Amino acid sequence: MSWKKLQQDLATACYIASDELAMAVYLAMKQQRPLLLEGAAGVGKTEIARQLSKLRGTNLIRLQCYEGLDANTAIYEWNYQKQLLRVQASSGEAADRLESQIFSEEYLLKRPLLEAITQATAPVLLIDEIDRADEEFEAYLLEVLSEYQVSVPELGTISATSKPLVVLTSNGTRDLSDALRRRCFYSYVGYPDASTELAILNARLPEINQSLAQQIIGFVQALRKEDLEKKPGVAEMLDWAAALSGLGIAKLSDDPVELQATLVCLLKTQADQFSMPREITERLVGKVVE
Amino acid sequence: MKTTQFPATVSGVSERMSGFVAHLRYNGFHTSVAETEATLQALKLVQIEEHRDVRLACKAVCASSQDGFEKFDELFDSYWFNRGRERAGESSIDEHAKNEKRKNQHTPGLDEFQNAEGSGSVDQPDADGSNDGEASQQGEGRLIASKIRNLDKTDFREFVTSESLQQAEKLAYMVAKAIRDRRSRRQRIAKRAARINLRKTIRKSIKYGGAPIELHWQNRPDRPVNIVALLDVSGSMTVYAKVFLSFLKGLIARDTRADAYLFHTKLVRIGDTLRDHDTMRAMNRLSLMAQGFGGGTKIGSNLKQFNDQYAMSCVDGRTVVIIMSDGYDTDPPEVLSEALERLAKRNCKIIWLNPLKGWKDYAPVAQGMAAAMPWLDLFAAANTLDSLAELEPALQRL
Repeated sequence: MSWKKLQQDLATACYIASDELAMAVYLAMKQQRPLLLEGAAGVGKTEIARQLSKLRGTNLIRLQCYEGLDANTAIYEWNYQKQLLRVQASSGEAADRLESQIFSEEYLLKRPLLEAITQATAPVLLIDEIDRADEEFEAYLLEVLSEYQVSVPELGTISATSKPLVVLTSNGTRDLSDALRRRCFYSYVGYPDASTELAILNARLPEINQSLAQQIIGFVQALRKEDLEKKPGVAEMLDWAAALSGLGIAKLSDDPVELQATLVCLLKTQADQFSMPREITERLVGKVVE
Repeated sequence: MKTTQFPATVSGVSERMSGFVAHLRYNGFHTSVAETEATLQALKLVQIEEHRDVRLACKAVCASSQDGFEKFDELFDSYWFNRGRERAGESSIDEHAKNEKRKNQHTPGLDEFQNAEGSGSVDQPDADGSNDGEASQQGEGRLIASKIRNLDKTDFREFVTSESLQQAEKLAYMVAKAIRDRRSRRQRIAKRAARINLRKTIRKSIKYGGAPIELHWQNRPDRPVNIVALLDVSGSMTVYAKVFLSFLKGLIARDTRADAYLFHTKLVRIGDTLRDHDTMRAMNRLSLMAQGFGGGTKIGSNLKQFNDQYAMSCVDGRTVVIIMSDGYDTDPPEVLSEALERLAKRNCKIIWLNPLKGWKDYAPVAQGMAAAMPWLDLFAAANTLDSLAELEPALQRL
């Protein structure tokens, strides 16, 4: 399989990947190294992991990062309640036998990272928004990602039965360490150009009217050039397109009031909504509707 | 199209590739032997005769940040298609041509300043040297002249000695310390501390049948406040530039999270340059940048650019943004006011140090300054060393 084949396969699965992204994914799959994706919100970073798991026919294991995420939540924890029950239920049993029982895999709660390396077929492991986790966690992750093994003091080292395809995403709220960057293949996912975005829209909403689709893309592309706090991503564009076709709008210039109301799909802050009054919307619409 | 011409001394792909990785390294990429190896591995998986495949594969391996991702194609072309070695006029890539041209001029542009490492080992020392001379000459001339004119005022404009520069740096370090060492109210689990974390202790006691044998502790962690400084180096501020640069260096030099920017008509990130081990070299480079551009100031649009490009990654609720400027803005005041409002929404503290404020009878009537006032947490004078020293207690109250 070449990277172009991968790009085509993704396209049939309704994911239009840029050349750079396709190559990075291809190399990550072939060389079993993690893939780091950066970019604005809503450009399809998380989505690619989902599509890859579908494409490979494997599980998607997701670890959502947040401030304060620690090894216990991300890797493993002992199931204390179950252990306690076992101890109480077996009074009189030899202590050492009991001990070896309650510290066995049966009593281990697997959290996403451990789960991902102990599966029979290699899953896709999505570590979402790694920039939200603390730097300590990032350092811990390095070890897991380079060795693909986890050590549990009571059990010993658990090595990977299969190496998962790891996808890390970051929104850039914090600079990631160079050490992490260097262990990964990297791709920056930007806003797509008009033709790519049109292809995405057609792939996702195949029943949409072609002239409306072109107007939508023209409008969204123009809107991104406006001075906004939060530029609408691809996800927002798809929401908006779904809303418009759901409302039965065939042409953007048909009903300015309704159109203005649907802009809630695209503009996600109060300031942005203020900065796009009806006059500006109409001017943009005028440009895309001939 | 020109094709790669291997120098006679180069034996094959691997050597040429390690040359490419070194080329990237000179241009600010964090690449090393490991990347060379990974790139060669990756090339086995693609069609090596397709230059597009090779480009994409190298990009996936070597570009490891957004900046790098954007610069990569140009660097790739310059290395593999020999474009970087051409004279400016012949280059087929506009951007590159511009860079090359600027490189050949005597005053280095701000951009290249940041890429100083990258502008090639050949250009740099020579450019550095010639400019060095100019810089120190200018500095001294002004110094002597002002000493003769007036000795009892110690406004930075008239009085710049190396001691006062050192003192400015020291003061800045104190100020930075005052800002940074703030404790958090939130508590976290800690190895050794005064208070027991009941939740975790009880949870862990389950494995001992409910007896709290293992104790777990919690403490207030040190959550340092981050500093981001923006320095105006436009024409009106040139006289203060040296002292402020020393101040800036003191602010951020010992804290890897702190960040600094220069602006006049453009905004340039200089955090890494300031952390240069060689103080004199860093100072010389920076003074050059400050002096090379004595043009107008666009405070508003620079802040806007800062908001768009950098604020997301370096400004949060625990950040103090220090702006050092005299407030003479060539942008309309609304631009500045809007940019500050947006910055303030990130919940940071904004401090404006204005050298003019120390003057007798100064009132912030310059339109830009007046527009900025509502968003500032602290507006302070910064025209003498004493006034910088007075910042420390004010910052502790903030």
